[in-house]
Amino acid sequence: MKLCRAEYKTIVKFTEQLRPTRQCMKMLKDKFPNHSQSTLLSIFSLEYQKRMKRSLVKHHTPDVIEDYYQRYRGEAAKRPADPVMLELANEVDLSPSLLARLLLERFLEEQEGAVSSKQVLNSMLREPSLIPDLQLARHVDQCTINDCCYGPLVDCIKHAIGQEHEELLRERLRERRLSFLDENQLRAKGYDKTPDIILEVPIAVEGHIVHWIESKASFGDEHSHRTYLNEQFWSYWNRFGPGMVIYWYGFLAELDCQRDRGILLKDCFPSDIVTLCYSMGSC
Amino acid sequence: MAALLESLLKREVELYRALAWLRGQTECTGNDQDLLLKVRKQEFVPFLLNFLRDQSSRTLSHGATTPAKTPSSIRSSGRHRLADFMISPPESQPSPTTQQHRGRRRSGPHGPTSASRQAGARSGHLDEGGRWDGAGRKGRGGGRISEPVSPPTQVELNFNSLEDFPPVGCWFNHLPPPSATKPSRRINPTPVSAERPNSKPKSCFTSTPLSQPCSPPSIPEVLGGSPAGSSLCLQQERELLKKERYMEDIYSRFSSLSSEPQLIAPCPDPSKVTHAQELNLLAEVYCACISENLVPCVFLELFFVLQLLTTRSTSPTEDWLTVFSWLCPFTDLLEKAYLRDVHSCVYFAVRVLENQFALLSHLDRCTLRLLVENERVGTFSPALRDRLVQAQDTSTAKVLPFQPSTDNRANFSSDKAFHIFKKQRDIFYELLREWEDCHKEPGWEFEAALGHRVRAMVSQLTVAGNHCHFARLFQKQLVQMCKGPRAPGSPGDAPDADLLGVVGADGLGRLQRLQERLSQPQAPSGPCPPPSFPGPQEFFKDFLQTASCCQLNQHLKDGLCQQLLQLNEVSILGTEATSAVGAEEAGGDMDQQRFSSVLLVARLLAKFLGFISFMPYQTSEAPSKEIQEAAIALRSKSAPVLDVCAVLRSCVRRRRTVLTVPWLVEFLSMLDHTGPSLPCYRTALCLLLQLYRQLRLGKGGEQFYMNHLLLMAVLGWLFQVKHTALMWLEEQQLSTSGLNHSLPSPNSQLLYTCCPYLGEFRKLLAAFVSGSASKAGGLIRKITPTSAELPGPSTTRSQQKLHQAFFHNQPPSLRRTVEFVAERVGSNCVKHIKATLVSELVRGGENALRDGLASEGACAAKLNDSLCAQLCDAGMQALERATRFCGENAPRAVSVLLPEETSHAVLTTAESITTRLATEKACNWLSSNITTLIKREWKSSFERITRSVPCPDAGSACPPDCTHKAPLASDVIIEIKVQEVLSIATGPRSEEEVFTAQHICSILNKVAQTLSCRKVQSLLSLAEQMLLRCTVLLACKLVSGDLPLVSPAEIVRSLLDEFVLLWAHTPSGPIPFHILLSEATITRRHYLLLVKLLIEKHLLKEEEIGSQWAKMSELSWPVVMVSYIHTVNQTSIVFTPCSGLHQDIGETISFLPVLL
Repeated sequence: MKLCRAEYKTIVKFTEQLRPTRQCMKMLKDKFPNHSQSTLLSIFSLEYQKRMKRSLVKHHTPDVIEDYYQRYRGEAAKRPADPVMLELANEVDLSPSLLARLLLERFLEEQEGAVSSKQVLNSMLREPSLIPDLQLARHVDQCTINDCCYGPLVDCIKHAIGQEHEELLRERLRERRLSFLDENQLRAKGYDKTPDIILEVPIAVEGHIVHWIESKASFGDEHSHRTYLNEQFWSYWNRFGPGMVIYWYGFLAELDCQRDRGILLKDCFPSDIVTLCYSMGSC
Repeated sequence: MAALLESLLKREVELYRALAWLRGQTECTGNDQDLLLKVRKQEFVPFLLNFLRDQSSRTLSHGATTPAKTPSSIRSSGRHRLADFMISPPESQPSPTTQQHRGRRRSGPHGPTSASRQAGARSGHLDEGGRWDGAGRKGRGGGRISEPVSPPTQVELNFNSLEDFPPVGCWFNHLPPPSATKPSRRINPTPVSAERPNSKPKSCFTSTPLSQPCSPPSIPEVLGGSPAGSSLCLQQERELLKKERYMEDIYSRFSSLSSEPQLIAPCPDPSKVTHAQELNLLAEVYCACISENLVPCVFLELFFVLQLLTTRSTSPTEDWLTVFSWLCPFTDLLEKAYLRDVHSCVYFAVRVLENQFALLSHLDRCTLRLLVENERVGTFSPALRDRLVQAQDTSTAKVLPFQPSTDNRANFSSDKAFHIFKKQRDIFYELLREWEDCHKEPGWEFEAALGHRVRAMVSQLTVAGNHCHFARLFQKQLVQMCKGPRAPGSPGDAPDADLLGVVGADGLGRLQRLQERLSQPQAPSGPCPPPSFPGPQEFFKDFLQTASCCQLNQHLKDGLCQQLLQLNEVSILGTEATSAVGAEEAGGDMDQQRFSSVLLVARLLAKFLGFISFMPYQTSEAPSKEIQEAAIALRSKSAPVLDVCAVLRSCVRRRRTVLTVPWLVEFLSMLDHTGPSLPCYRTALCLLLQLYRQLRLGKGGEQFYMNHLLLMAVLGWLFQVKHTALMWLEEQQLSTSGLNHSLPSPNSQLLYTCCPYLGEFRKLLAAFVSGSASKAGGLIRKITPTSAELPGPSTTRSQQKLHQAFFHNQPPSLRRTVEFVAERVGSNCVKHIKATLVSELVRGGENALRDGLASEGACAAKLNDSLCAQLCDAGMQALERATRFCGENAPRAVSVLLPEETSHAVLTTAESITTRLATEKACNWLSSNITTLIKREWKSSFERITRSVPCPDAGSACPPDCTHKAPLASDVIIEIKVQEVLSIATGPRSEEEVFTAQHICSILNKVAQTLSCRKVQSLLSLAEQMLLRCTVLLACKLVSGDLPLVSPAEIVRSLLDEFVLLWAHTPSGPIPFHILLSEATITRRHYLLLVKLLIEKHLLKEEEIGSQWAKMSELSWPVVMVSYIHTVNQTSIVFTPCSGLHQDIGETISFLPVLL
C-alpha cells in the first residue's frame, strides 16, 4: 500500500501517544480501519524505534538507571503482585523490554558485583526462568511479552516475517519461471553484498530493468529507506545495476523517486513483468 | 543518383527494393535492376543528404549554420591545405578540379545563406561529416561535363608555404573577427570536373546564358547531349559564379520581401503538410541511410533533423513561390519544394524521429525531456511523445558488475580488507553518482564537494592495503565509462560486457559530444585545443588529483601500463592477406570495429597513464632554463614509466603505427614542461616528428589514406599543443618507414573521435572564408617533408613447433577457433570437475562425518583431518576425469565451429590439438589446485555440519495432502504472544480477557498446521523453535493457572492432552521442555500431571527430570520440594536412583546447555 505523505503523517501523529502494548495496537487498528494491520504495526514499530533511539541517551545515564531500579525495587516490595516494571516502563515512556534489560543488568551487577556479559543477559531475557530472582523473572517476562516492538520474541517474529516474505518472493518468481540466485547461493560464491534475489536473466517492470530484488517485510518510511539505500540498495546497484525493492507493508509514495536511477519500489510482487524473448514468437 | 531518387519519387523503383539495396541485400532483379546496380550507395547517400539540405535550406534559416552544408574550402590548384586533407575521406578524395568555390557564407539569416548552401552542396564536399566527399562531383552540379571522373590526384604539400601550411592554431587566433572580414572571392581556376552521364543537371546551374530560358532537362537529354563538354573553360566557370550570384540576389530580394511575416512565431499544422507521401518516402530512405550508418555521422543527421523540427521560419508566401518558379521553373520532381514550409519540415522531422526512436532513446534524459516538451512532437506524433516519455525512464546504470573471480573474499588478504573494500566500492560509486548529478551545476567544485570524502576513502585504502583492488576497479570503470563510441554489440568488445553495459548509456562520449554540439554548436575552441578530459573523464581526473595518493597512482600506473601494452600487442586482423577471402569476408567489418575499440581504449588508458606519470611534475608556468636543466639531469636517471622509444620502433617495424602512434600521442600530450627534454621522450618525439614528415597523403595508395590522415591529424595536434616545448626538435633517423600498415584503416568516425578538434576546422571554414587566413600571417613552424623510403617488410617466419606449422597454412580463423575452444573447454572442464567430482566427494565426506560424529567417543577434529586426507586422495582422479571430459567435448565443439568444407584431416588434427590444449590447461590447473579446492569446499561443509546447522532437506517433507496454505509462523507467534494469549496470561489483564477451550485448541491447531507444512518452515528453524517454545510457555501458564479460562477445572486436563498430542506429532526439533521444569512452574498443581503425560508419550525422559532436579539442588531449592518431587517420581513413574543423579550432574549439565 503506497501512502501519500498526508496519510502517513496522520498515522504517525496518532502513534506518538501510543505504547507498545496490545491495547494500544488495538486502538491504532480501530482508528485506521482502512489500512492493513501489518502496515499500521510496521509504521508504529518504526516510529516507536525512532522515539526510543531519540530518548535512549535520557534513559541510559547511570543516575537515571539507578533511579529506575530503586523505584522498581520499592514498588515491587510494596505491591509484589502488580506489573510494576511494565507500569514504570509506560510511565517513563521506555520500551518495556529495554527497561527490563536495564534493570536486569543493574540487578546482576548488584548480585555478581560485576557487569554481566551480553550473552548472559540475552539468555536471561530470552528465558526469564533463568533469572535467579523469581519476582524479577516474572516482571521481566511480563515486560518482554507485553512489548510488541522490542525483545527476543519480537526479534524472532521479525526474523520470521522477513524469511516468510523472502520465501513468498521466491515462490512468485518460481511461478513466473524466472531463474534466480538467492542470497545463500550468492554468499557461497563470495559476493560481498547480497540482495535477496539476483535474476539470472533481467526483467523489466514498468519499463525499468530489474537485475536484483530485495524483499522488505516492513513499511518503507523515509528514515529506513534512506538507511537501506545507503547500506544496501545503492551497494546492490553498484554491483548489479538497477533493481527493485518490495516493501510488502507499503511505503511512502514519494520515496519511489529513484526509478530513473535504477531503484524501483513496489508494495507487492509486480504483475506486469516483461521478460527477454528467447526466440521469435515466444514472447 | 538523382535518377534513382526521382525514380523513387515517381514510384518507378519500389521503395522496398531501394531500402533493401541500401541495407546491402542486393538481389536486384526486374526493372530497377539496372538503376540500382549502376548507382553506388556511397554516392547516393550524400546526394540524398545534400538534396534534403537543399530542400530545407530556405526554411532552415534561423540556425547559424546547417552543419552538413557549409561551403567547401577553397583549394588552389595542386596545392592543398592541411585542413583539406584532414576532412577528406580515403576512398573518394575529391579531385581538386571539382572543388568549386562558390561556397561563401553570409551572415544574413535568409536567402543568401541558403543560396550558398546550395552551392556548397554542389561542390561535393559534405563538410561536417567529412566522410563522404565528391557527392556533388557526381551529382547534378556539373551535369554538362562529360569528362570521366578524374582519379585522386597526387598533390604535393608545400610545407614551406606559409599560405598552405599555417600552424593550425594561428588561423583562429590571428584572424580578424568575422564581421570585419570581407571574404575575398578567390576563384579556383581549375575546370569543373566530369560528371556522370546519367545524373541530372540542375537547371539553374547550367552554363546556359542567363538570358536564355532554362529548358527543363530530362534524362535522355542529359545522356544524349548535355551542353557540357570537355572544353569547359574558366570562362564558363565564371559564368557559373555569376549565375550563382544572380540567384543569391533573387533569393535575398524575395526573402526580404517576405521578411515581415516571419516575425510571427510559426505554428506548424499537420493538416497543412503538402507532399506527405513523398515526405514519407524520403524519410524512409533517409532513415535507412541512417540506420545502415551510411551517413557520415548519425548524430549530425540527428542534429539536422532537430533543426528541421525546431525551424522558426515561416513558409514563404504563395506569391513568392509563384514568382520564383516563374523565374526558374522547377518542373521536375526533384525540384519540387518538399520541405519548403515549416509544416513539411516538422512533419518530415517527426517521421524520421519516429523511425529513429532507438537512437533517440539513447540520448541523455535532458535531450529527451526537451523533445517531450516540444509541442511540435506532440502535435505531429502523440505516440512518439509517449514513447519518449517512457524512454526518459531508462536507467543509466553503467556500473561494473561484481565478479566473484576477482572480487570475492579469496582475493583479499584479510576479512578486514575485504570489508573495507566493500565499503570503498560503495563510496566510489556514491561519489560518481553525485558527480554526475551535480558537476554541471554552477559553482560546483569537485574539491569542495567531494574532496573530503575522496581522501577519507583513499586513506582507508592505505589502511587496508587495498590499492590494487581499487586501482583495478577505477581503471575498469574508467574504461567502461569513457571508452567512447562503439557499435552496439560490437563483437570485438570485452567479453565481460554484460547487459549492464547494453542497458546503460553506452558510448557516453558520443552523447556528450552531441550534447555539447546541441547546446553550443557555434562555440569554437580552436582547432588545436589543449588536451582535455571530456565527459566522465573529468571525474576520474579530478578524483586522482584530489586523492593524490601515491600508492593508488603507482598501482594505477602498473595496471594502465599493463593493459595498454596488452592492447598494443593485441591481434586485430582476422583476415590476413594470404587466406582465401570468401569465408572471411565478414571479418573485415569486425576487424574495423575491433580496431576502433582497441584504439579508443588504448588512447584513454595512455592519456591517464601520462596524466598520472607526469602529474608530479606539472607546473603552471614553464620553469626557467636552469631549473629545467637541473630537472633533466635529475629525472633522466630514473626509468620512465613506459619505454616509448621501444614501443614506437616496434610498432614501426611491425607496421602498426596507426594503432600505436595515436595512443602515444595521448600519452605524450600529458608531458610536463620538462618532459620533452628528457632523453627518452626527446628521442621519441624526434622519431614521431620524422614520421610526421614522411607522411604524404595518398602515398601508399588509397588503402592507407585514412591511416595517414589519422597519423597526420594526431601528430599535427601533438606538435601544436606541445609547441613551445618542441622548438628544438631535430630529426632522428627512423630505421624503417612507419607508413606501411598491417592494420585496418580507421574510418572517419574513429578519426573524428580521436580528433574532435577536426570539427573546429569546419567551424572555422564556416565562419571565415579561407584564403584570408594566410594573409593574416603568423607562421611559426615549418616542416620540410623528407621523402619516405618504403621498403617492403621482409617476413621471415621461423619454423617453430609442428602444430604451429599446421596452423600456418590454414586460415587464421582455424587457429583462433582452436585456441578459443581449447581455452573454454579447459576452463569448463575445471568447473565440471568442481561441480561433479568435488561435490560428490564432499557429500560423501559429509555423510561419513555425520556417521562418525554419531558414534561413541568421536572427535570432530580427528575426523576432519582423516576425512580431508581421504578426500584429497580421491581428488586425484580429477585428472583422469578431466582428460575424459576434454576428450569428449573439445572435438564436438571444434567440429561445430569449423566450416563444413574443412577437410577431414584438418578437422581431425584440429580436434586433437584442441583436445590436447584443453586437457593440458585443465590438468595443469587441477593438478596444482585440486587439493586446495577440495580442502576449501570441505572446510565449509565441515563447519556447517559441526555447527549443527540443520541440513535444509533433511526430513523436511510436507504431509502428502499438504496444500502449503498453513498459517505463517510469524502470524501464529504474534497471535500467541503479542496480541493475545501469552500477553494476557502474563498480565496485566482485564476481567473480560478470558479464553475458552476452543480458543486454545484452535491456536494449537494452527501451530500444528504451521509446523507440519515444511515448505517455509524448513527455512525457519528459529521461528519453529520459537513456536514450540510458545506452546510450552502456554502449557506452563495453563499448568500454573495463569491462563484465564472460562471453566478451568473441567478443561485443563483435556487441554493438556491436546498439548501433548501436538508435541508428540511435531515433526522436528527438540522441544524446550526445560522451561516446564523450571522453578516458576514446578510448584503448581498440574505440573505432575503434565510431566506424567510427557513421560508416557516418551517426550520426556526421566534423566531430564533428574537433571532438573540436580539443577534445582544446586540452586538450593527448598529440600522439601525436591524430595517431594523425588517421591512422586519414585512412586508414580519410572524411578532414577537418587545416588546416580549426583554423579550425573556433570553430564546432565552438558546435556542441557541452554540452562546454563
